[in-house]
Amino acid sequence: MFLTVTRELLGGLWTTFQIFILTLLFSWPLGLLLAFGTMSKWKPLKGLLQIFIWIIRGTPLMLQLIIIFYGPGMWLGYNIWSGNEAGRITATVVAFSINYACYFSVIFRGGIESVPVGQREAGQVLGMTRSQIFFHVTLLQMVKRIVPPMSNEIITLVKDTSLARIIAAYELTYAGYSFMKSAGITWPLFYTGVFYLLFVGILTLLFNYFEKKLDYFR
Amino acid sequence: MAFLEVSHIEKNFENTKVLKDVGFSLEEGNALAIIGSSGSGKTTLLRCLNFLETPDRGKIVVKGETLYDSQEESVVKENELRKKRLHFGMVFQAFHLFPQYTALENVMLAEQMLAKERPDYKQNKAAILNEIREHGQQLLIQMGLKDRMGHYPHQLSGGQQQRVAIARALALKPDILCFDEPTSALDPELTGEVLKVIRGLAEQKTTMIIVTHEMAFARDVADQIIFMDDGMIVESGDPRQVIENPREERTRQFLTRYFEG
Ligand SMILES: Nc1ncnc2c1ncn2[C@@H]1O[C@H](COP(=O)(O)OP(=O)(O)O)[C@@H](O)[C@H]1O
Ligand SMILES: [Mg+2]
Repeated sequence: MFLTVTRELLGGLWTTFQIFILTLLFSWPLGLLLAFGTMSKWKPLKGLLQIFIWIIRGTPLMLQLIIIFYGPGMWLGYNIWSGNEAGRITATVVAFSINYACYFSVIFRGGIESVPVGQREAGQVLGMTRSQIFFHVTLLQMVKRIVPPMSNEIITLVKDTSLARIIAAYELTYAGYSFMKSAGITWPLFYTGVFYLLFVGILTLLFNYFEKKLDYFR
Repeated sequence: MAFLEVSHIEKNFENTKVLKDVGFSLEEGNALAIIGSSGSGKTTLLRCLNFLETPDRGKIVVKGETLYDSQEESVVKENELRKKRLHFGMVFQAFHLFPQYTALENVMLAEQMLAKERPDYKQNKAAILNEIREHGQQLLIQMGLKDRMGHYPHQLSGGQQQRVAIARALALKPDILCFDEPTSALDPELTGEVLKVIRGLAEQKTTMIIVTHEMAFARDVADQIIFMDDGMIVESGDPRQVIENPREERTRQFLTRYFEG
């Protein structure tokens, strides 16, 4: 039984991991773009994005997930997400990426704005372009400053993946829960918790490593 | 026509006139000192020359090339602005070194970025980067920082940081190097080492504009001096004459206050 449960949970973990990593991969660049947009001098863009971020951060991720997964089918008459597991994971990643990009954009903006203007001006008088200044001067200083809030969000993301169960994606929590339903046993739920703890534990070690790595400058 | 011609510069922030009809000229190889009480517009003037601020009026001409003229309505593209900026170098009061890079990397960065625009960059990458490294090392040696090249800014004293900043500003060989109170953020015992390298640059006939509160230094090193008050040039001329025998009442008052501490 233990082996069966382990195998099932590992399967669920794989789905959880895919949602997690793909969400990060998409929401980081998207969040950065949103951050630049909300710092734009062009008022309409700035205002529009602020409203968008307000809506996304102001409504439950679960609600957004349901709308993104079922909405297209209702409105268009056919489901743009294929009905299989891959389709459910894709829809989850889309919803999560949009949601997390909004949270990340706020963190990115805070990080960029916390780098002293003098740094940018030093780059400017040295004839560097805007993008050179961003990538070679601002970026690393920003990253150093956002490691703590970013690690908070990333740990939250690990656990938020369990929301994918609402559209029947077979992720880790779903896998653990299924044994309670089918076999009436509860210990797999605790075993599931251990999986999350290990996942988050490894991430925490990674964050500490990064923080140490960036300790070489102030 | 002089090496640098600045004329009728005006700059307003909202409703305050910070620069009022400022004009001067500077010959190649000369050092110009700018003195004046805090708030008189010295920093703003240097920032205008470096295009960190856009003047509301006036004209800036370097080597006969008009870099800025408020008469000519034109939208300046980022690329053109960058080229214009390269005529000037800037050493800030608070250094603004890049904390994530070593002293040497700070000095090399701008040259590395610029080298990427060279048509032969891909072909000769290794050689070009090597050249830049050697140039950076040579500049730091000139600043007396031979054994500090691999240090990060936070591992350096203020005086050392400012000397790295000077090397960084020299790396792109600007026509005119601007200093904004280069020793004001330093402990008194560290100002000497920075003033010494600036003195060295003056001896090598580097064209410089130095905003400073070090009167003795200004008197000894500068070829001409400007006293600014309330956004205007009140008095200018020979440093010794202006500091020791000011003609204007306002200059006299400023210097009296200064020497009485
Ligand atoms: N970005 C700005 N916005 C508004 N006022 C400014 C700004 N920068 C400078 N000023 C004002 O312009 C005046 C001149 O400042 P500054 O050029 O820094 O003088 P100095 O360097 O001689 O001390 C001051 O009154 C200052 O408050
Ligand atoms: Mg100043």
